Amino acid sequence: MIEKTLRRAGTYLLILFLAFFALIPIIYVVLASFKPGSELFRYPPTLFPENWTLENYRDVFHRADFLTYFKNSAIVSVLSTILTVIINTMAGYAFAKYRFRGNQFIFMFFICTLMLPLEVLMIPIFRMVQRLGMYNNFLGLIIPPAATPMGVFLVRQFFFSVPNELNEAARIDGASETATFVHIMLPIARPVMSVLAIFSFMWRWNDYLWPLLVIRDNKLFTLQLALANFNGEYSVDWESLLAMSVVSMIPVLIVFLIFQKQFIKGMVTSGMKE
Amino acid sequence: MFPYAMILPNLLIFTLFIAVPVVLGIYYSLTNWKGIGTPTYVGFANYTKALADKRFWQAFLATGRFTLCALPITVCVPLLLAVLMTKNVRLRGMFRAVYYWPSMISYIVVGLTFKFIFGESTGVINYLLTSVGIGKVELLTSKTNALWIVILATIWSTSGYFMVNYISGLQSIPESYYEAATVDGASKTQQFWHVTIPLLRPTIFLVFVLGFLGLFKSYGLVISMTKGGPAGATRFVVQYVYEKAFQNVEMGYASALSMLLTVVLGTATIAQFALSKGGRIND
Repeated sequence: MIEKTLRRAGTYLLILFLAFFALIPIIYVVLASFKPGSELFRYPPTLFPENWTLENYRDVFHRADFLTYFKNSAIVSVLSTILTVIINTMAGYAFAKYRFRGNQFIFMFFICTLMLPLEVLMIPIFRMVQRLGMYNNFLGLIIPPAATPMGVFLVRQFFFSVPNELNEAARIDGASETATFVHIMLPIARPVMSVLAIFSFMWRWNDYLWPLLVIRDNKLFTLQLALANFNGEYSVDWESLLAMSVVSMIPVLIVFLIFQKQFIKGMVTSGMKE
Repeated sequence: MFPYAMILPNLLIFTLFIAVPVVLGIYYSLTNWKGIGTPTYVGFANYTKALADKRFWQAFLATGRFTLCALPITVCVPLLLAVLMTKNVRLRGMFRAVYYWPSMISYIVVGLTFKFIFGESTGVINYLLTSVGIGKVELLTSKTNALWIVILATIWSTSGYFMVNYISGLQSIPESYYEAATVDGASKTQQFWHVTIPLLRPTIFLVFVLGFLGLFKSYGLVISMTKGGPAGATRFVVQYVYEKAFQNVEMGYASALSMLLTVVLGTATIAQFALSKGGRIND
């Protein structure tokens, strides 16, 4: 009995200890972002600000460039997410419900693209983006990353669980294939589509390498590019950088809090990551 | 025609931005292309040059060392988290969210956060080390310590994601196995080693492979934390290829380096599959 209680206490202690490590880096940064510049590098350092200030945030929001970067990230993430949900749902549905010439071969091709990440194809992908007129504009950030093999896979698995009788019934009733997809299947697929939307938003919002390859103009920078750029080799303007980092985390956090349940469930059933 | 129309957008994107680039990449790697003008065929010159490129092998070794040191921890820490989070504990949902949270933060911000905390002029770590009597140490300016701080940051940012993989693996183990083991008098520890671990092998294997691939192509986090320093100790292969391609504009040569990287990642994945028999439960 005593042993069991001790064991249980140990478990809770371990859980709390690990939770502390998961949280403390960000808590430290968030608190530091409320310190005036004079306090930021004071020795000995403190966890809590002595004089709380919103100065850093006020400065950041008064910078025209920061607002532009935020807006760019929002436009790219939202549009790319919409496109991602549409085209991957279409493809996943086709693979689950239709047999057509080459379906297995094409599906294998889709899955094989997982083995070739952007990191190993940087140069030719950069070249293709240039050739297709997508260099240094948002099209290059929105369109190419919208197709994701994991998305297709996830939707396909989902539609395997939807009975084929539904399609047959619709066919007997004379509905066209398109109408069946739009009016019957899409409403059913809402859970899987929202999981896809959440992931896609997070991927696009946090992405660094695609924007780095595709965007040259400062005016078109996304937040991640801007953050990396402000992080100079020798001098770093930490007051602004900390506030910007904190603001940059908020959209994904909001999305996570709203969709927490689906998020974890979607992760569990799919185990997906780009 | 309907199914073809449905897969067309994805098929187009994968063809234009993956299949064609693979072919282009192989072609570029056999030329001396400088980013402009027409590429000239040079045979395997880029590959022989790569074999003799000391800085490339330096980056390669640094990546290997980093991956080797980080991989065991990358595989084990999330497993610990998942085991705790499948126990019947209070506030489990909240703790799961807390553990998962770091994986939603971009690599750039993770890098900045750890740079701020471990930086010698900005950081709190040296203060803590001093107050427990260890004294000031070189952190991001020491080659060894910088590597370990990058490893720490990487593990901090990936553990939550892998934990979720493990949780789904753990939940798929039938409760009856544990009941049978309990009836046979197996302790909790014995159950973990003789029931959980063998049945979890496919997931462990998946995390192993994904972890390896992710670590070997690390880029964003290192860029925002150390920029590859000090003295190239954390300059990994992807960064080296990027610099060759887009700063030195040696596109042909950088393509050859990319091919070598692809071969390494591909071989390692296949080897891991072969060695572990795909992580199947029954041999």
